[in-house]
Amino acid sequence: MLDVLCPMHLVLNKTGHVTHAGPTLAKLFDDGPLKGRRFLEMFELKRPHRIQTMADLRRSAGVKLHLQMRQGARLEVKGVAALGPEEGSLVLNLGFGIGIAEAVRSFELTGGDFAPTDLTIEMLYLLEAKSAAMDALKKLNGNLASSVEEAEEQALSDGLTGLRNRRAMDHVMGRLIEWDRPFAVMQVDLDFFKKVNDTLGHAAGDHVLKVVAGIFTELTRDDDVVARVGGDEFVILLPGEPRKDGLDRMGKRIIARLEEPIPFEDQTCRISGSIGTSFFKPGSGQTQAALMDDVDVALYASKRAGRGRQTFYDPALRAAGD
Amino acid sequence: MHGLVNRAIERFVTDIYGRAQWDAIVRTAESPVTTFEPMMIYDDEITMRVLEATCAVMGHARGDMLEDFGTYLVSHPNMETVRRLLRFGGVTLVEFLHSLDDLPDRVRLAIPDLHLPRIELREWTASDYVLICEAALDGFGHVMIGVLRSLADDYGALALLTHEGRSGDVESVSISLVETEFAEGRRFELGARAS
Repeated sequence: MLDVLCPMHLVLNKTGHVTHAGPTLAKLFDDGPLKGRRFLEMFELKRPHRIQTMADLRRSAGVKLHLQMRQGARLEVKGVAALGPEEGSLVLNLGFGIGIAEAVRSFELTGGDFAPTDLTIEMLYLLEAKSAAMDALKKLNGNLASSVEEAEEQALSDGLTGLRNRRAMDHVMGRLIEWDRPFAVMQVDLDFFKKVNDTLGHAAGDHVLKVVAGIFTELTRDDDVVARVGGDEFVILLPGEPRKDGLDRMGKRIIARLEEPIPFEDQTCRISGSIGTSFFKPGSGQTQAALMDDVDVALYASKRAGRGRQTFYDPALRAAGD
Repeated sequence: MHGLVNRAIERFVTDIYGRAQWDAIVRTAESPVTTFEPMMIYDDEITMRVLEATCAVMGHARGDMLEDFGTYLVSHPNMETVRRLLRFGGVTLVEFLHSLDDLPDRVRLAIPDLHLPRIELREWTASDYVLICEAALDGFGHVMIGVLRSLADDYGALALLTHEGRSGDVESVSISLVETEFAEGRRFELGARAS
């Protein structure tokens, strides 16, 4: 009867030898039948500590026992003992604790190894269902994270050229000013771009913009931020303390490259560029708007002087411009 | 409808018929979603439109298509998780059939917001049963036929299943066990993991 109700039970005689073992428990020992073995040689009693002998065990009837198999995987099990019908005999029922998943795997147990009232199967079902649900959630999180990343990337870049957009540039410049770090700003306006667009069409114009973006990317450092802030307007942000003569050479290189003919289908597009440049100096307290206004003044001076050149901001330019 | 259901339909179409067919179905259904996330909830309306579009695009009768879907859920290698979770219901097919009443509760235990239609097994004789399904989804009984036929295979049993029609929201499926140990079933180790 106990084999059905408690497939993991043991019956011990008064000397502590097994007289009967439940079928599932027998599966845990692969070295022959359990009948006749001494219980205390099969299991070590971890808790309560004081149990050393069969007499102790009999006194602990009804108490929750923590046991460990002395052999094999040294599996830990829980148990409870009850006094048996015969003089000095004990009936023990054992069960897997939280290590159930492990035990079921190691001993290849099946649904038939557990009593129908035992919740082990339900627990294993939940464990498996829960990990499947967790996996699905993990995947969802991964998908959401990459969508967010993609959306952020799109929000900060210019769709046509892949350069940063005005928002991204404003953000980076705002942060540099907030942190009071030195940097230089170049605004580059393309010259004759409108003419390309008007005479050769928008496809040619788009092609030119892509080529220009390539030139900027090639001629700037990785840390520099190149943004397209308008149809044919670009801003290059150069963190650090770039020297004026270095920037002068850089401007000349950019303009020289912009003036190289750009082939498009069987046509050739010719443009140039005007540049206005200024510096943000830490401690100056200058605002982003004021800085960009200086850049604008310098850019206007370049255009007025005949385009295809770079001008560095100087307060004297304002007087000249009026 | 729970995303898991929509996702299962999507995978059924893509695994069996291919991605191009799924794209056509999504277009026909004018579904705002092209790929369903298993852990999100979608409007029931979308699921209904996708099912109708699947029948239309594949040129299958609704009942046949839903039965194929049920078969897919249990027997396709990509759905091993579903097969395993169902097999927890019982050691034998008969035990499994008797666990069907609990299926919606079992599912809810794992995923609290996934609501399955109410199902009830009525036993006429030891080998003759009727499964009563109370489902808003027209054709749910056909899904159960696909599921049960595949599971019978899985247990190595032979069962005859017949859809007895729908009246109101209730569909009944008759189950007749011809042989419970017809063939060697597929092994089910509790401790194994679906890959």
